[in-house]
Amino acid sequence: MKTQTSYALETKSVIKTYQSESGSINAVNDVSLQVKPGEFVALVGPSGSGKTTMLSILAALLKPTNGQVLLDGEDLAEMGDKERVIMRREKIGFTFQANNLVPYLTAVENVELMLRLNNKLDKVGKLRARELLSRLGLSERLHNLPGQLSGGQQQRVAIARALIHNPSLVLADEPTASLDTERAYQVVQTFASLIHEQNRAGIMVTHDLRMCEYTDRVLFMQDGNLVRSYTSKAEIMELARGGVH
Amino acid sequence: MRQIFSISTYLAIKEIWRNRGRFLLVSLVIALITLLVLFIAALGEGLGNGNREYLSKLNAELIVFQEKSDFLIQASRLGKDRLAQIRRVDGVADSGLFGTANATLVFNDETEPLKIALLGIEPGHVGEPPVLEGTQLSTDLARETIIDKNTAIRTNLQVGDLLTVRVTQGTRDEFYELRVSGISDGQQFALQPTIFVPFYTWDRIRPKSEAELNASNLVANVVLVKLENPSQLELVQQRLETQVDKIETATKIETIQALPGYSAQQSTLNTQGGFTLFIGILVIGGFFQIQILQKVAQIGVLKAIGTANPAVAISSIIQITLVTLIGVLIGGLFTFMFSLFFPPTVPIVFNGTTSAIAIVALILIGPLGGLVSIRYAVRIEPLKALGLSS
Repeated sequence: MKTQTSYALETKSVIKTYQSESGSINAVNDVSLQVKPGEFVALVGPSGSGKTTMLSILAALLKPTNGQVLLDGEDLAEMGDKERVIMRREKIGFTFQANNLVPYLTAVENVELMLRLNNKLDKVGKLRARELLSRLGLSERLHNLPGQLSGGQQQRVAIARALIHNPSLVLADEPTASLDTERAYQVVQTFASLIHEQNRAGIMVTHDLRMCEYTDRVLFMQDGNLVRSYTSKAEIMELARGGVH
Repeated sequence: MRQIFSISTYLAIKEIWRNRGRFLLVSLVIALITLLVLFIAALGEGLGNGNREYLSKLNAELIVFQEKSDFLIQASRLGKDRLAQIRRVDGVADSGLFGTANATLVFNDETEPLKIALLGIEPGHVGEPPVLEGTQLSTDLARETIIDKNTAIRTNLQVGDLLTVRVTQGTRDEFYELRVSGISDGQQFALQPTIFVPFYTWDRIRPKSEAELNASNLVANVVLVKLENPSQLELVQQRLETQVDKIETATKIETIQALPGYSAQQSTLNTQGGFTLFIGILVIGGFFQIQILQKVAQIGVLKAIGTANPAVAISSIIQITLVTLIGVLIGGLFTFMFSLFFPPTVPIVFNGTTSAIAIVALILIGPLGGLVSIRYAVRIEPLKALGLSS
C-alpha cells in the first residue's frame, strides 16, 4: 500500500533485533528519520552503533523486526523478497565499501548494467552513462575494466552506477574507506553535488567525520539509537573539523 | 522472463569473453573427456560389431540350436536330417545350414597370413550375405567364396582372384584354393574378417580332428530360419520346438547376447564410459564450484543492485552449457581427426546413434556437474557477501 508523504525516505520506529546466546540484542532501536529529495545525509557513529544494519534496512537488503520503512511512500518492511529486489533495482542506488564493480564489465558497461536491469538501455541511456562518467572525470577510462582503475576511479564508477537509473534513494556505505584523503574528498564532493543536482535523497554511512562537510545533515547513532542530529552548517563544519570518529 | 534471459546471457557471455583463457582451459578438459568417451563408445561399438556383425545383418528371424547348447553356436551340432524337419514346419519360409570354423588365409607374396572366420552357408538360402560386387555363390559344391569387406580391405583381394586357405585336418596342414565370386559388406564374425563358402565345400575344407576325417555325416552348427510372417515368431518357435527333436531356438538378439564374452565386454565398456562421464561431472562441478566461491562478493553486488535470483542461476547455466558445448565440439573434432589415422585393424566404429547418445550425455554432464554451484550461487546472500551482516 502506498502512503502519501513529502519525503523520499521515511522510517518510523524501526527496530532490528538479533537473537544471540546471551539473549536478544536490538541492533537498531526505534529509529525514525526522514530524508527529502535533494538532501544528502550522513549516518555516523562508532563501530557497533547500528549504522550498517540501518543502511542494510534502508537498502531493502534486510527486513526490520518492527517499524516502517517508506520509500516513495511504499513500505519496504511489508514487502516480500521479489518486491524488494525490484525496489533495489528501480528505486535505490548503492555504492559499497569495496568489491563495488562487476570485474568483467568495463566502466561504462558497469554503469549501463543498471539500465539493462531496468530494461531502459537505449541510445539516450548509453549517452547518459558516458556523460555521467565524463562528468566524474572518467572520459578516458570508459572501456577500462575495474582491475585497470584506481580505487578512487572505481568508486566514481560506482557512484555513476548508483545514479544512472534515476533512483529515489542513493546509499553509500563507507565510500571513502579505501581512498586517500584527497581522493576521498573528491569522491564525496562529487557524490553530494550529483545528489543535489539530480534531486535524489542520499545517505552515506561513514566513520570519517571529515566527509560530513559536504552533507546537509548528520545523524549520529549509538547503541542502535539515533542520539543526535546535526542540522546547521556550522554544527556540521565543527563536527567535520573534529576529524575521524 | 525475456528480460531475465537477456541479462543472464549478457552477463554469462561477457564473463566468458573477458576470462576466455580460463574458460577455454575448462573447455579443453571437457574436450579430452569427450575424446575419451567417444573413443570408448566407438570401441564398444567396434568390438560389439566385430562380434555380432554377421548375426545382426542376418536375414533370418530364428536360429535353431542343438538342445542344451546354451545358444552357443560353436557348441551346437545339428545333422542335415534336422534341416528337412525344420523346412516342413508350418510358418518357415526358408532355412539354411550354417557352420563356423577358423582358418588362415595365406599369400604367395610377403603379405602376413590373416586369421579368418570360415563360414559355411547354403547358396541361395537364408544366411548367404548379399554381395556388393561380383556374384552370389553358384552351387553347394563350388570352390568359390564370398569375402566380406574387411577381408577385402586387409588382403586387397578382388572379385575373380584366387585365395588360399590353410587349415589343419588331422595332424596335417592342408591348403585349399577358392575363387572370390563376390565381395559383401562388413560381415565380421567373432571379431574376425570373414569368408563364406558353400556348405559342402565348407564341410570338406574346414579344420577336422583325426576322427572327423573319416566321418561321412554332414554336420552343421546351427540352422538359420526365415519366417513367412515375422510377427508369428513365438508361434513358429513353439512349433519348431515341439515338431523337431532335440533342438532349442533363439532369436537373433538372444544369440548375440550368448556370444562368448559379448555381454561381459559390452558391460565393461559401458561401465568405463559411465565412469568417464562421472569423472566429467566431478571435474566440471569442481571447476564451477571453485569459480563461484571466488566470486561470492561479485554475485552479492549483482543481487544487491537488483539482479534477480533466476538471472544469477540462468547466467551460471548458460556459462556451464556454453563451456560444455565448446568442449564437446572441440572434442568431437579431435575425435574425428584422430579417427582418420586409425588402421582398419583397430575395432573402432563411430555409430551415429551411439555417438549421439554419448554427445547428449556429455552435454548434460555440464549442467549436472554445475548443479551444486548453481544452487550455491542462488543461495548467496548479498548482505553476507558484501560483509554487511551483523
